[in-house]
Amino acid sequence: MSEKITSLRMEHITKRFPGVLAGDDISLEVGEGEILALVGENGAGKTTLMNILMGIYQPDEGRIFINGNEVRFRGPEDAFKVGLGMVHQQYMLVGDMTVTENVALGYKQAWKPMKLDLDEVRRRVVEVSDRHGLAVNPDAYIWQLSVGEQQRVELVKTLCLGARFLILDEPTSALTPQETEELVDLLKKMKEELSIIFISHKLNEVKAVSDKIAILRHGRIVFTGDTADHSSSSIAALMTGHEIELPENKEADMHGGLALSIKDLCVRSDRGNLALDHFSLDIREGEVVGLAGVSGNGQRELAEAVNGLRAVESGSISFFGEECAGRGAHQMIEAGMGYIPEERNIEGIVPAFSIKENLILKDSENPRFSKHHLMKRKAVMENAERLRKDFDIRCPGVDTAAGSLSGGNIQKVILARELTRSPRFLVAVYPTRGLDMGAVESIHKELLAKRKEGIGILLISEELDEIMNLSDRIAVIYKGRVQCVMKHGEADKRRLGIHMAGLEEGSDE
Amino acid sequence: MDILINILSMTVPFSVALLLASLGEMFNQRSGVFNLGCEGIMAVGAFIGMLVPFSVGQGGAVAGGWNWLGLLLACVAGALLGLLFGLVVVTFRAPQGIAGIGLQMFGVGVAGTLFRHFVGGTQSIPGMSTTPIPLLSKIPVIGRIFFSHSIIVYLAFLFVPLAWYILFKTPWGLRVRAVGTHPRAADSMGINVNRTRYEALAVGGALAGLAGAYLSVCQVKMFSDELIAGRGFIAVALVYFGHWNPVKIMLGALLFSFAQTIQYNVQGLGMNVPYEFFVMLPYVVVVVVLAFTSRNQKTGPAALGKPFNREMRT
Amino acid sequence: MNRNFKLVYKSLVILAAIIVTLAISSLILVVLGADILRTFETIIITPLTRVGHITEVFVRAVPLCIIALGVAVAYRSGIVNIGAEGQMAMGVLGFTATALALPDLPKPILLPMALIAGVLSGGLWGFIPGILKSKLEVSELLSTVMLNYIAAQFYSFCLRVPMMDPAEALSGAGTPQSARLTTNIEIGRITGRLHYGLFIALALAVIVYLFLWKTSYGYKMRASGSQPRAARYGGIAVSRYVTLAMVISGAFAGLAGGIEIAAVHRRAIEGVTNNYGFSAVVVALFGMLHPFGIVPASFFFALLIYGSTLTPRAVGVPANIVDVMQGLIIMTIVTTQMILQNDYLMDRVWHWWCSKRKAKEA
Repeated sequence: MSEKITSLRMEHITKRFPGVLAGDDISLEVGEGEILALVGENGAGKTTLMNILMGIYQPDEGRIFINGNEVRFRGPEDAFKVGLGMVHQQYMLVGDMTVTENVALGYKQAWKPMKLDLDEVRRRVVEVSDRHGLAVNPDAYIWQLSVGEQQRVELVKTLCLGARFLILDEPTSALTPQETEELVDLLKKMKEELSIIFISHKLNEVKAVSDKIAILRHGRIVFTGDTADHSSSSIAALMTGHEIELPENKEADMHGGLALSIKDLCVRSDRGNLALDHFSLDIREGEVVGLAGVSGNGQRELAEAVNGLRAVESGSISFFGEECAGRGAHQMIEAGMGYIPEERNIEGIVPAFSIKENLILKDSENPRFSKHHLMKRKAVMENAERLRKDFDIRCPGVDTAAGSLSGGNIQKVILARELTRSPRFLVAVYPTRGLDMGAVESIHKELLAKRKEGIGILLISEELDEIMNLSDRIAVIYKGRVQCVMKHGEADKRRLGIHMAGLEEGSDE
Repeated sequence: MDILINILSMTVPFSVALLLASLGEMFNQRSGVFNLGCEGIMAVGAFIGMLVPFSVGQGGAVAGGWNWLGLLLACVAGALLGLLFGLVVVTFRAPQGIAGIGLQMFGVGVAGTLFRHFVGGTQSIPGMSTTPIPLLSKIPVIGRIFFSHSIIVYLAFLFVPLAWYILFKTPWGLRVRAVGTHPRAADSMGINVNRTRYEALAVGGALAGLAGAYLSVCQVKMFSDELIAGRGFIAVALVYFGHWNPVKIMLGALLFSFAQTIQYNVQGLGMNVPYEFFVMLPYVVVVVVLAFTSRNQKTGPAALGKPFNREMRT
Repeated sequence: MNRNFKLVYKSLVILAAIIVTLAISSLILVVLGADILRTFETIIITPLTRVGHITEVFVRAVPLCIIALGVAVAYRSGIVNIGAEGQMAMGVLGFTATALALPDLPKPILLPMALIAGVLSGGLWGFIPGILKSKLEVSELLSTVMLNYIAAQFYSFCLRVPMMDPAEALSGAGTPQSARLTTNIEIGRITGRLHYGLFIALALAVIVYLFLWKTSYGYKMRASGSQPRAARYGGIAVSRYVTLAMVISGAFAGLAGGIEIAAVHRRAIEGVTNNYGFSAVVVALFGMLHPFGIVPASFFFALLIYGSTLTPRAVGVPANIVDVMQGLIIMTIVTTQMILQNDYLMDRVWHWWCSKRKAKEA
């Protein structure tokens, strides 16, 4: 087993990706028993830096020292050997294997030449989970576990492999507020034995858990210091480089008639189980309804069903009084539905198509762009140039492949297309996921502007701040049902968290 | 009744080529690589397998050892072709379907070219004789159906539980399953994804080469351009049919072999249907079976067909 | 990274691909003990030295081009058609059956009718894998191969029984082939066996180009092929267009079969498909799935195919060598494409090159 890690130092780390400098001369230091919070906006290079530390990426320049000795990792197995362990933001668990098998993947002691000693691995899992109070069932299949349980498995797995130094990449992004609190307590307890790097962009957690803080912006370290000496707002300013006030929905209710009415909707997921189980929700014109919930509780299936992309098992979807359950995507588009999909890179755009072609994805048969099925080249071009200017799409030209744009610009292409088709209703799914604050701000503004025009919006998000800022009403989804609906003023994070975990208010938490 | 026993006693040995090739393909696919070049590897294996005893004996009988050497070299050639495919689809991450078609054409071409040059026309070899198992082969009906074949047949069927053990109970099997389902997770656990895929391709290629050599050395005892006749593709279909599970794959191989065997017993069956329709029967069965089973394939290896790039940011 | 570097880099990658292909082919020739340079000369140069040879190359280029255009339409729509061999055979049967059934119709009616019958037969044979893929998610790679074998057997049966030339039956020779068809289905020849089908192929190339890039159907088919999820999201009926693409692809192969009979053989014979269906996949990829690339590519591969028929006599190399080369070319094309698309690798090479240059200056 590795010796204790008393210090870890990264010096002048530089990493290039085509067209991006993801790490630019970064130096960092973590001491014994410390929790360092590495904060920064999406795309600032936090994960890249940690992947370099784990040997998953090779740095172009720079050196790493552990306990004063330089180390070179060719792969994660080398990092494990000296006692580093990382819990990735997207959990690195093989879904159709058991917890024990997942641990065995890295537990080379159990790799006998012709036999995998799973019993030994199971003993180790039980031992570690008992010692740290992390309850896991070693024989459960990963796909049977909830997100919170999977995170416990990740922690146990990392500890089983002998980690003396933990890296946690956005560990709270899929947790409810209550689960987050538990995690913070656990980490505080664990720092007696370990040092931890905690990656986040949520400043209240950072304040709660960390001793020191390092801020990354555009691949550079712009600040390091003790957490206690700095306020959340000053950290936020350093993180984004400028003060950003996200717009809020402060205007009075201006609801018109019923726009979308969903009643007892049942829909199956790809796996075949009921993803939506008698889901009901009403949204009026000029109203933003935020749907909060831990992802994987039926949000994707809801968005797809409403947009005609998924078969409806039973129940009704009434769109401006017309029954739409079972209609196809084309009919929903014709009826005036606008949709900002979850997977912007492969669903919202055709990546190999040019920007101008993507901007007419829903309109290739529209008389504006084609006549007798012949495309009007000029009209397509003019449309693209106009939207490029109006939505500030940053690109070399409208003939550029849309897939080569940054996430924020791809989202602008999608918004430009959806909003200018003059929709009567909009479904926005995780519209700002992974984007930097500047892009978040402009997308929020666009959404609120549409609300003002009297358009109803269903906003599906896992960012509670986003939902609370923008929504007139907030619904919580849990296991395919609406758990509760609250007014704008009634919601706070604690209440939302209780419902997101499927609990009743007032019951034992 | 005699006819049925006749058909069944042919079904078992005739299924071996399909069985070996599709078990090999199962390892490929479990590791995330879809190898349509199986047909080509089988052709090369079949050619090399018969070339050794043929060139030693010049068409006459040779010691059994030469047959075994032929089988062995066919395995080696198959493994090498598997590694070549790995270079194309694992290292360079080329689309697997079309690259597999390339490998198939290459393999069939190489086998055909070398065959014409070194052998010439249709030349049969004595090949490997059958080794009935003492006692067991004497059991009426059952003995003829199951226990009166060449050694390779028994070994192939014994390999079915072994393949299951390798896949689910050994570290290598764990690695193969992990890189085929969630390569990024496997990578983060220190498993070399590309190397594991290369290994699986070598194993799969060796089995496909052996399957081809079985055809030319044990079953048909000669080589021709039409020898493989789509068995490589049927083997790929069998992996879907058998849900990446060795036992189900074996059942599938027997079923298809049964359909294939009927054409040799047409006269006995006394049916007045042109024989072409019997020859096409197994292919029709494949299409029909695919039509019924493809829909619920979502349980297959999740990363099947997807190249892995560690530094690709998603 | 400057422009010159990109150009040099890409040219070097392509050059390396060509060298690798030639090297591996040569390896096989070494095993055969053949004269490598003379073999390549026989395949690539000799066919261009005599008009008689050149016309034969064109005769092979016509079906290759037509089928490859269809393969490209399918490929662009997200479905790989390796079943052209079977679709072409069905096209031949449709054409021949029409010609045999209605020999007395005048040429202006019979020839188009027979060709349409070929197109429909090929299209029908393409419809099967198309609908199986779009409705039942059956891999077209497997289903088309199986349908090739089925079509081949059906073809043999038709030639052996219902369509068999009565003269063959009488003489007892029993060669499986149809009777010679009426002259009313013939497509004329320009010189040698070179025929007017050439112009049909060229016209189709232009039509396919316009269809794919200038019409809304083409737009929707390309979207379906490029990213089906996004196409579905955009309200495009992906499964309908995928099926349609396969029908078109099959129809092209069927047409190629019909033209082959009308212009070259004038009766249905064994081996009429001549592996064109598989070679056309190579042609389509080599022509970068673009009609204007496919036209020269089909000539190039026709050259290889015809040249390889000369090698057994000239240098003692079996004609199968062309299969070896085609297989290699497929693998190197897809590999080369991936290398060229890999900006990351190019970036690495660029930085390596820069540091090397700096070191030299210092």
